Amino acid sequence: MDISLKNVEYRYSADTPFERLAIQDVNIDISSGSYTAIIGHTGSGKSTVLQHLNALLKPTKGTVFIGNREIKAGRKEKNLKGIREKVGIVFQFPEHQLFEETVEKDICFGPLNFGVSETEAKKRANEAIKQVGLSEEILEKSPFDLSGGQMRRVAIAGVLAMEPECIVLDEPTAGLDPRGRKEIMDLFYKLHQERDLATVLVTHSMEDAARYADEIVIMHKGTVLQKGTPNEIFSDPERLLAHGLDVPDVVRFQLRIEKTFQTKFDRICLKEDELINMLAAFLKRRGAQ
Amino acid sequence: MESPLVVIKDVSFQYDSQESLALNQINMEVYEGEWLAIVGHNGSGKSTLARLLNGLQFPKEGSITVAGITLAEETIWDIRRQIGMVFQNPDNQFVGTTVQDDVAFGLENNGIPVDVMSERVVDALKKVNMDSFLDQEPHHLSGGQKQRVAIAGVLALKPSIIILDEATSMLDPRGRAEVIETIMKLQKQDKITVISITHDLEEASRADRIIVMNKGEVYREGTPNEIFLMDEELIKLGLDIPFPIKMSNKLREKGISLGQQYLTEEELVAGLWTSHSKM
Repeated sequence: MDISLKNVEYRYSADTPFERLAIQDVNIDISSGSYTAIIGHTGSGKSTVLQHLNALLKPTKGTVFIGNREIKAGRKEKNLKGIREKVGIVFQFPEHQLFEETVEKDICFGPLNFGVSETEAKKRANEAIKQVGLSEEILEKSPFDLSGGQMRRVAIAGVLAMEPECIVLDEPTAGLDPRGRKEIMDLFYKLHQERDLATVLVTHSMEDAARYADEIVIMHKGTVLQKGTPNEIFSDPERLLAHGLDVPDVVRFQLRIEKTFQTKFDRICLKEDELINMLAAFLKRRGAQ
Repeated sequence: MESPLVVIKDVSFQYDSQESLALNQINMEVYEGEWLAIVGHNGSGKSTLARLLNGLQFPKEGSITVAGITLAEETIWDIRRQIGMVFQNPDNQFVGTTVQDDVAFGLENNGIPVDVMSERVVDALKKVNMDSFLDQEPHHLSGGQKQRVAIAGVLALKPSIIILDEATSMLDPRGRAEVIETIMKLQKQDKITVISITHDLEEASRADRIIVMNKGEVYREGTPNEIFLMDEELIKLGLDIPFPIKMSNKLREKGISLGQQYLTEEELVAGLWTSHSKM
């Protein structure tokens, strides 16, 4: 299922004294099975874009295509349930949304709401809990007796159990320690690959965007500043820095080396080992001269 | 050696709902004017420790002394006057409708006269570089700005110690840098003792001293230099190796000699330059 935003504008509290333009002229294409990272500062409009991906917000101008549905500005939309079932959003700190008595009931809540039978919902809960790396025994526990990391996994399982075709992740690793962060990111990458699950990652981590995404969209002041593959995006790091945006550690390090040694390597490296090889060869050549 | 400002002695703590100890026989000291970073994986007990220091929880065993006062039900308020806390979520600790109201909140609660109050509010906001935002409303501020206002709210009460409990973990990189810079300035210029609880090792590398917590115990204590020599051991503890150290290690593996350990990227690049420009 493809999702695309065409000339999308969104104003909060439109036609009131509190009206505020959040995004404008936004064009983004997310094709089925792709991995897209949306990056930008706080206030750049990335959360507003995110909420258009499953029609939680409807554009005040332009059109959003979600699969075969068309969400157009100024038109009343009915029956958005089908969209919400296909595009699952994992919000920031999703563990705050757990509420049921048991983990199983919590995971089943979504599927049951979409009209799945109880047997099927339980079956899905069972699969989903394993997918997020937890054991079946946890299903019987109260979600509130779990650790923070486990709670987050349960919340993610709740979204997976809806069997979405696209999953949208809003800063999924906020507040986790480095190991937890890596585990969660690797988990999503595995799901993306194994299930061909289209993934949209909203983040301010340039590292994660460079490592996992096929396509990066940079949001700045409510509109798309740049989009392309990680290689394309980071081939011009100065441009990002000029907009107050970050680049991955490894790119920043390369720029610092280039500046100090007054040289230019033939390409920007996104992988640490790639840069180290190039740098080591460069230093040895210098030593030999 | 100076006498410690905070002494934690044989402290253990257990949450009612849990079977194992959240903190097990903790001993540590915090010295006046230092920046101490406490690092550890999620659930290592570092935030519990912060809560104990401020009397939000009481130890099951052991004692905590702050500026000579031993923590107990009766002394909580004396201790809270000494310690200001800044928490993780910038949105959960903004109580005022404007920046200056927010900073004034703690002062009002402490019955500070109005004229003294307005002076202290402005002073505190100057220290975090937010004094041009007096009448701004919270939703106009970025996460980093909100956290700086939270720090000002704490500063206005003139504590001797500030505890930052993962205060940068929800911020974007720019916000994080703003807050870290503010902390550095407060510690250097205003001689405030800082305890920062974090799992961001880049942040911890700015501290004078680091304590690594693991499973409710003090695992290691040392200067950033000493701690970062732990390398792979840090990863086993659920943490990470700071980027400059990781790059140094990789360069050494490729046969590039580096005289010393570099904690920052600037130092590493400068070190490479010095050792490779004279040949």
